[in-house]
Amino acid sequence: MVHGEAWTLKEFFVYPNEYIYWTIQIVMYPFMTGLVAGAFVLSSLYHVFGVKQLKEIARFSLVFSFALLPVAMLPLMLHLQQPQRGIEVMLTPHFTSAIAAFGIVFTTYGMIVASELWFVYRRHFVESALALRAIAQRSPGQQLAHLLFSALTLGAMDIGEDALEADERAVKKLAGAGIPVACFLHGYAGFIFGSVKANALWMTPLMPVIFICSAVVSGIALCILTYIVTMEIRKLLARWRKQNYPELPSPDELKSAETQVVAMTARYLLMFMGAAITLELLDLVFRGYTAVKSWDILRNVIYERDFVNIFVIQYGLGNLLPFIIFLMPRLTIRRAVAGTMLVLLGVFMMRWNVVIGGQAFSSSFSGFMHYTLPIWPHSMETFKEGFFGAAMVGLVPFFLFWVLNKVMPVFKETH
Amino acid sequence: MISRRNFCRNSLLLAGGLAIPLAALELFDPGRLEAEKIDGKKVRWVFLVDTQKCVGCGLCVKECKIENEIPYDANVTRTWVERYIVTKDGKTHIDSPKGARDGFESSSVDIGHGKFEEIRAGEIDKAFFVPKLCNQCDNPPCVQVCPVGATYQTEDGVVLVDRKWCIGCGYCIMGCPYGVRFFHPVHHVAEKCNFCYHRITKGMQTGCIDACAFGARRIGNIRDPEDPVTRIIMTERVNVLKEEYGTKPQVFYLGFTKEVR
Repeated sequence: MVHGEAWTLKEFFVYPNEYIYWTIQIVMYPFMTGLVAGAFVLSSLYHVFGVKQLKEIARFSLVFSFALLPVAMLPLMLHLQQPQRGIEVMLTPHFTSAIAAFGIVFTTYGMIVASELWFVYRRHFVESALALRAIAQRSPGQQLAHLLFSALTLGAMDIGEDALEADERAVKKLAGAGIPVACFLHGYAGFIFGSVKANALWMTPLMPVIFICSAVVSGIALCILTYIVTMEIRKLLARWRKQNYPELPSPDELKSAETQVVAMTARYLLMFMGAAITLELLDLVFRGYTAVKSWDILRNVIYERDFVNIFVIQYGLGNLLPFIIFLMPRLTIRRAVAGTMLVLLGVFMMRWNVVIGGQAFSSSFSGFMHYTLPIWPHSMETFKEGFFGAAMVGLVPFFLFWVLNKVMPVFKETH
Repeated sequence: MISRRNFCRNSLLLAGGLAIPLAALELFDPGRLEAEKIDGKKVRWVFLVDTQKCVGCGLCVKECKIENEIPYDANVTRTWVERYIVTKDGKTHIDSPKGARDGFESSSVDIGHGKFEEIRAGEIDKAFFVPKLCNQCDNPPCVQVCPVGATYQTEDGVVLVDRKWCIGCGYCIMGCPYGVRFFHPVHHVAEKCNFCYHRITKGMQTGCIDACAFGARRIGNIRDPEDPVTRIIMTERVNVLKEEYGTKPQVFYLGFTKEVR
């Protein structure tokens, strides 16, 4: 069977070789990089612009951004027909291609996040290493932890006042440098689509900017959501431990802190969401107004075939409803959870409507292609580019976050 | 009094300032521009399709599949033939069942989902066939977007794919406005028509040209003014597909109408 045939339904005249070649994994790719970039921008709001209210969530989102980073590459690998050659993008980049920059942008960004994390957690590494070193008879587990933390200090054991201040300055600089790189990482994902002149729906110079705005929206939403979930777990733990350690924060203290952080972060979420919707609507209005050759078929796709996906799910459930939820006074945690989940759904549907919607019509402008997401895999291909492949990509960052949190605890006071 | 620091700074500024107009001289070297225009290359392959002659038999598609080892029953093909039926109500019905590998066996039009639309002969204003193949563009978007340089343009203008280097990302497939590219069902890399490069470089005709009994397809060298194909392109009213994309396609069509997609 030809690649793409398993999930493509053709209607009217479609060129014989046309199929939906870019599927769910290519929806996941900008969604995941968007989360990476968004989470980083959120953490930088505190580190660079000194938005004090975001202090609590800043470290959290930085670690989360790092956990998401390797996962941004995973959907691409699952999508490639020759994944074993994927490394060639870095070895022999062909720089007229937007994808060729991936290796450079991705590694630059990864290095910035990694070094920022190192400066943020250096004190923790040193303290952990020293604490473990003090234990005379180390168990094998402790021995391993000792080795790990000693290695992570990179030999920089000075945690005096001056050294820590220098760390903080470095964090600030790295966070500052990271913002444009994070935006580039994602704006560039938008460029990959926006520069395809053969695709009438994708080709717009607004695409990178739209992608950046929606990236920040989704990143903030996911950070709020994950933050709430971890805070709930902490509250539960606090209730247990309170009996033994009265000096720990009480569940009520945690709750008030949580509400404040969520309300503050939600404000930034709304700002970026406003920008994203404005740009998307501008694009739509402009297409309708200029009505070039492709508009006939685009109108059909946007207003008829994909109407539910675009106007009901993406704009209605994913944008309008959360807007109302967040704008209503006295934001509660429960409402914030509902709101952020809807926002994430909205951004995911935006990626879907761009990637799949862009292939919903033939480049002959005379026919349509319908995508059916493979649920139960009956081959490697339908697993990789089906529901379970996408679900795997969606779940890995949470697992990575859990692992990273063991080494870099997001809720421990470091400075 | 000029200080050493000022002297260094000013001389650097001066040198930099001078370098700009000097660079312009290099940019606008007329001799080089002239040379680039002619570029000294002797061969540039072009294709000529005479739609008036095509009868939609599909022998070209069949031959192409065999010649280039594209699995016969796979629903992808390097070349195909489209049927256009313009009815009296102004509608254009287009189809290309299996790329017209078996020709057009039925008078009803394939509208996908396994459905067919019956069109009565009395409703038809005009009907014709249009063979399609890679346009070997002068400004190929597929070459531009390949992230690893696995697809490239040869000196004589044909765009090829290196099967050992293609990572199978599909960006070139997305970048082609003509839909000529696909994933090879066996090699799992990008695949496309290459004017039967293995044949034309040995002085042979392409497979599809050899298979066409009606002379609807011809290949030529646009750099050779004596080439009959070149003469037709230069002297007759030919057209190309989707010029608006700026790809500079090099497959020329005779008898082209606005309905052609």
